[in-house]
Amino acid sequence: MADASRKVEINCKVNGEARTLQVYPMARLLDVLREELRLTGTKEGCGEGECGACSVLIDNVLVNSCLVPVLQAEGAEIKTIEGIASGEQLHAVQEAFIACGGAQCGICTPGMVIAAVNLLERTPNPSEADIRTGLAGNLCRCTGYMKIFEAVVRACQKQNSEARIQNPE
Amino acid sequence: MQTIGRPVPRKEGRDKVTGQARYVDDLIFPEMLYGATVRSAVARGRIKKISFEGNIPWDEFTIVTAKDIPGENCVALILLDQPYLADEFINHPEEPILLLAHPDKHLLEEARRNVQLEIEPLPAIFTLEDSLNRKEIIWGEDNLFKSYKVEKGNVDEVWQSADFIIEGEYETGAQEQLYIENNGVIAIASPEDGVTVWGSMQCPYYVHKALLKLFGLPEDKIRVVQVETGGGFGGKEEYPSMIAGHAALLSWKSGRPVKIVYDRAEDMASTTKRHPSWTKHRTAVSRDGKLLGMEIDFVIDGGAYATLSAVVLSRGTIHAAGPYSCPNVRIKSRAVATNAPPHGEERFAESNKTSRQKKGMGFASFMHGAGFTGSGEKYLESVVGAEATADGRVRILAASTEIGQGTNTIFAQIAAEALRLDYDSIEVAKPDTGAVPNSGPTVASRTCMIVGKLVESAVLGLKQTLSGSGLLKENYTQEDFRQACRSYIEQHGALKSYSKYKAPPGINWDDEKYEGDAYGAYAWAVYVAEVTIDTVTYEARVDDFVAVQEVGKVIHPILAAGQIEGGVAQAIGYTLFENVVWKDGRMINNQMTNYIIPTAADIPPIRVFFEENPYAYGPAGAKGIGELPMDGAAPAILNAIENATGASINHIPLMPESLIEALGGESG
Repeated sequence: MADASRKVEINCKVNGEARTLQVYPMARLLDVLREELRLTGTKEGCGEGECGACSVLIDNVLVNSCLVPVLQAEGAEIKTIEGIASGEQLHAVQEAFIACGGAQCGICTPGMVIAAVNLLERTPNPSEADIRTGLAGNLCRCTGYMKIFEAVVRACQKQNSEARIQNPE
Repeated sequence: MQTIGRPVPRKEGRDKVTGQARYVDDLIFPEMLYGATVRSAVARGRIKKISFEGNIPWDEFTIVTAKDIPGENCVALILLDQPYLADEFINHPEEPILLLAHPDKHLLEEARRNVQLEIEPLPAIFTLEDSLNRKEIIWGEDNLFKSYKVEKGNVDEVWQSADFIIEGEYETGAQEQLYIENNGVIAIASPEDGVTVWGSMQCPYYVHKALLKLFGLPEDKIRVVQVETGGGFGGKEEYPSMIAGHAALLSWKSGRPVKIVYDRAEDMASTTKRHPSWTKHRTAVSRDGKLLGMEIDFVIDGGAYATLSAVVLSRGTIHAAGPYSCPNVRIKSRAVATNAPPHGEERFAESNKTSRQKKGMGFASFMHGAGFTGSGEKYLESVVGAEATADGRVRILAASTEIGQGTNTIFAQIAAEALRLDYDSIEVAKPDTGAVPNSGPTVASRTCMIVGKLVESAVLGLKQTLSGSGLLKENYTQEDFRQACRSYIEQHGALKSYSKYKAPPGINWDDEKYEGDAYGAYAWAVYVAEVTIDTVTYEARVDDFVAVQEVGKVIHPILAAGQIEGGVAQAIGYTLFENVVWKDGRMINNQMTNYIIPTAADIPPIRVFFEENPYAYGPAGAKGIGELPMDGAAPAILNAIENATGASINHIPLMPESLIEALGGESG
């Protein structure tokens, strides 16, 4: 068993980049991302896995990083909001959030965008019920969710039309 | 190039969707300490002793008590009754007593738990009844923060001649604003350089005013800067003055920058919530359906200190009779004290309800006044500035904050439209009391209508100056305007224009008699809710929601619809989910795990429709919008539940257990 009071070495990939971290094994992944790596796009809303503001992807699985001890990141590929756009080119979900008004105060937005990206990867043509369930772990107090649903639909249409252009039937 | 009415992209949208927007907890200053607040567990009492226990290196800590305050120990707002740190008497649970700072957050939390407070308890009161009956006098001479009376016609005579008299008592609960970003600030303070605070807030000049008194410094020695703010909903109106003062006191004593960011439990337990209320309506109606008279008694629970309860009460009083024509009206209203943390402003709401799966439909018609109530705007004397930048763009200078509602975007639209320029050629300065004039607090559905109008006239002032100096001809292009700005700045150094609030003609209010035009304009709405009641679980679910409103000219269709949808969702939570559980004046479900707000799975389709009736004194004809949607959803939903079940519900939040009671416990 690891001694929780002693720092350990963790090797992982964050947004495609290999990282070696000297951290306390039970440190929250959220704090390591924000404080050690200064990736502050991942937000803390509640610290107990209810609000989803701290959502990140670990090996393409959507998790609340406030509930993940960094020990579990050993060997994993982590993706945060900073890794969603390709350079200056926004992801279709990010573009759609801007176009549809899916972001208001913006504090839930990074987590919500990550959840939406993950939803569209798992379910390329989500029904309204799929969208509602897929985002039910991410609380937003500003929008009433309508504009976020619209953004997911818009991003999905864009992705599908691009896929058709690349792979004509 | 028309900008008003078009869905231009949100100014700070790209930063928000990429995670680049910086909120206060994302900022780290060199040598920064973290601050924590030691609070009372007792509702009312007298501090006997404070001791520092445990295996804690106390000499490493900065410790601040009331004795360390350089100026006055009060949070300056309307009254000066609330201390920054309790010196002797405690008036509510979670009242701040002592502050700690240390570079190590984890040790800081350990230390906070090891400060022992010995407090002699005093009898406390927690209900409106106990406060009104003066079971204990806990504030002033009579527990009364404020009372108002409105009298029109002769109410006493209508009861005899009325065909029907309808009476009812209605209760609403507290509501936690539950912005997803908790309250937080960073402060740097010293006797030589004064005080600078960066924080999450709605009203930078409220914080400025409070810090002036706390430190006894001249105005130019206090600077307050709003950073990106993760939601407010009224919950960051007055409380930031408290947390900003705390961080500044710790910095003043330690000589280092201090950050205080609350965790969720502390934020929920100790910051302001929507006021709980009790209302009694007695209404006289004629056989042909006319309202003959209304008598309304309205009481709100202000908590332990006055804060902004008088302002909230005033708005409630004026909205209490609803949007109806009635010749005889009497409204009596009171804000009273209890030993709970002070209740503050929240996106305003009124509940003015008039009914194996049961379905029902209900509606509500209502209005909401835009701007500060009564003479409020006259006293605020808001000012907005506009300046030309060196490259010939236009920058808006205002203290009105972007808290998600779209201030940056609509100000730029209003300015672009007034000057016939591109949306992109307008910038909006960050609210910083060192750089922008006081355009008033970002509350009361006033930012678009009142401050937006000042933006319009300030930028027109720039154009007038350019035309007057012969640099700009009547028909100009974007490039002409830029060139004119550049030339003016070359010749004169700077180009600025300021505009100050003036009441529109014919708008008068009598503070003494409490009559006249309480608002320059009202938004009007009709909301319809469709519900399903599960007669086994007694859960009420909103299946569909239609919101129709008239808010003057709609500046930005997506932002405006977003305001309505978000407000309706909050109001659905207020009506059916959000139950603040109190024990001895303290919220005990102060977690997102057991204080439930609506998720993506809970919200019905919210269908929003605007009727546009331009208001002559709003920017491009716009009125206020932000608080409107909170007012109508609860009555519409309760009426739908009455329509479905026959049970008339008179209190919110309506939890399944109260619905069981209301329906006599029978199951379908």
